[in-house]
Amino acid sequence: MNATPESRAPLSGSRIRPSAPASVASSVSRISARDVTVHYGPKQAIFDVSIEIPEKSVTAFIGPSGCGKSTFLRCFNRMNDTIEGCKVGGLITIDGDDIHDPSLDVVELRARVGMVFQKPNPFPKSIYDNIAYGPRIHGLVKTKAETDDLVESSLKKAGLWKEVADRLDAPGTGLSGGQQQRLCIARTIATGPEVILMDEPCSALDPIATSIVEDLIHELRAQYTIIIVTHSMQQAARVSQKTAFFHLGKLIEYGETEQIFVNPKEKQTEAYITGRIG
Amino acid sequence: MTSLLIAALVLALMAVAYQQGVSRSKALAGVGRLHSRPQYHGALLALWATLPLLLILFLWLVTSGTLQDWYIAGQIPAEIAPGTSEYAGAAARLRNIASGFGVAGEAQAWETAAGVNLARFNTTLLMAAVGLGAILGVAALVLMRGRLSARMRARNHVEAAIKALLIFCSVVAILTTLGIVVSLVAETLRFFTFVSPVDFFFGTVWNPGYSTTSNDASGSYGMLPLLLGTVMISVIAMAVALPVGLMSAIWLTQYANPRLRNVIKPVIEVLAGIPTIVYGFFALVTVGPALSGLGDLVGLRVNATSALTAGIVMGIMIIPFISSLSDDIIRQVPRAMRDGSLGLGATKSETIRMVIVPAALPGIVGAILLAVSRAIGETMIVVLAAGNAPILRFNPAEPTSTFTVTIVTALTGDADFASPQSLVAFALGLTLFVITLMLNIGALAIVRKYREQYE
Repeated sequence: MNATPESRAPLSGSRIRPSAPASVASSVSRISARDVTVHYGPKQAIFDVSIEIPEKSVTAFIGPSGCGKSTFLRCFNRMNDTIEGCKVGGLITIDGDDIHDPSLDVVELRARVGMVFQKPNPFPKSIYDNIAYGPRIHGLVKTKAETDDLVESSLKKAGLWKEVADRLDAPGTGLSGGQQQRLCIARTIATGPEVILMDEPCSALDPIATSIVEDLIHELRAQYTIIIVTHSMQQAARVSQKTAFFHLGKLIEYGETEQIFVNPKEKQTEAYITGRIG
Repeated sequence: MTSLLIAALVLALMAVAYQQGVSRSKALAGVGRLHSRPQYHGALLALWATLPLLLILFLWLVTSGTLQDWYIAGQIPAEIAPGTSEYAGAAARLRNIASGFGVAGEAQAWETAAGVNLARFNTTLLMAAVGLGAILGVAALVLMRGRLSARMRARNHVEAAIKALLIFCSVVAILTTLGIVVSLVAETLRFFTFVSPVDFFFGTVWNPGYSTTSNDASGSYGMLPLLLGTVMISVIAMAVALPVGLMSAIWLTQYANPRLRNVIKPVIEVLAGIPTIVYGFFALVTVGPALSGLGDLVGLRVNATSALTAGIVMGIMIIPFISSLSDDIIRQVPRAMRDGSLGLGATKSETIRMVIVPAALPGIVGAILLAVSRAIGETMIVVLAAGNAPILRFNPAEPTSTFTVTIVTALTGDADFASPQSLVAFALGLTLFVITLMLNIGALAIVRKYREQYE
């Protein structure tokens, strides 16, 4: 760990300590990254990124393809561990806990920090089993009745209950793309996470399914801290409160979404927003 | 020697025609824009020049036997009446003398003379065929060379020729399969004129009596002991190969680091390259006695040659088959599945057990069925290590026998080929063929279903 927290000014204008009272929840910093670097073998993908992500809000990561936004997102639930030759440096804390601390169980971390992937990836199991998978492996449900309840409530939260209530035994892979993606969101919700990471969740969906998922993200914000990677600037503008712009592995600018889109401070941000790079 | 010369002639004709085509085409290029590149004109001309020769050689191949018979008929003295076995024997002797094989006993003067004549006749026939083919080929070359033009669609013609060649090859493959099946069925039907199908399929005693006359069906031909032996050995083989193969595939795909995998995988696959006869004497010399000794230690009587020995060694033989196929199938499970499960906080082994293996299961089942059909058809290991005792008993420590072993013994003995003792091999072969065919169809159906799953 080469973190030198105080030597580096946070890029966010509003940095509030995690110990702030719960009443101002929307501005409490739950996730904090300091000087995070990522290497794929000899190639460096992320350069000293520091960021504070507020609780119960949607933070969007934008930037051109290959800028490292997805790689950076995967640091928060340590999915980069599963990639051969990938090394993450720097300090990342959630609620003040260092997620790379040897005493912290990565399996538990991933239950707390859920992830929705770019392409809907339901397991080739029934809709019911897709949702029950996480709770079962984490021992969150004991009886059939508890499982039933959790499946129902998760599907309801993901806005999918009405569409699939009568065919919970049907394979999850038989749903439409948008439904599959909401199934994956429901599956993530079922393990009771605090944070949900979304890696371009709508890139494989049509405009109607996209708008349904965006509405869902809007509702989930009340309960979860959401980080969403998107290459659609309109989507970032629609769903997020804060936006971070990445370019070539560096965090160029981070601030309120409105400010980023209306009045970007950095030239590169402006160039990207107006379509000159990316 | 002659065939080499003919091949050289064909190639030479081809080369000349190709060269002619290319040069003519280049000359044409000066006149107008070529439709096809010169190589295509060359290839087309080569094709035209060699086709007549090949066709006539094929014709020669088909008819020369009949022509020979006709010639031989004129050489054999009138005392030997056509149609008798004496006549057939004399004809065979003539052929052998003509081809230079020599014959048993002293060749009579007329035989030697006739043989020399026959040889001369054969040579003349072949030379005539080759000569005619070559002349036609050259004629075709000259004729087609004159017809080459700049706008000629040589490229499309060559394409059609290639397509014809591909179709021809597929037809050969299909006809061969069909021919094998037909001959199996025909011989099997002949066998069933001696032994009733009910006795064969449901009989529990295998004891074909050995007789020298071809019409005697003494003895019993119940295949159930052989079926039991085959199934028992296959089950033992799968019990060995399945866990080892599958788990090594899981380890290789999920846990081994790439550098280690690049070393280990080829080493496992070397196992697949060992000839089965080598496995056979490995079973006979090493595994059998070792099992027998192990049995003595714990007070069990284990025969050195037994279903157990053959099964275990066959299992070892199949390990690379299962591990390599499963490896490919597990690798085909999209990474997104794995990430989805890991992202929910599942451990690696939970992910493998609950997501990856179930997703790959249909494919793995297909691989297993393919492996089983291979185990059932395997011959050398069981010939050496199973003991050849076609008795209906369920003890794997005793010698047993299988379809394949029985086929080998039935056809390598000196029984007449028309006797039920030999014909039974075809009935067994057909049964074996149907069983493996069913397994393969099942395996392919499952594999196909699996392929559709992620699309």
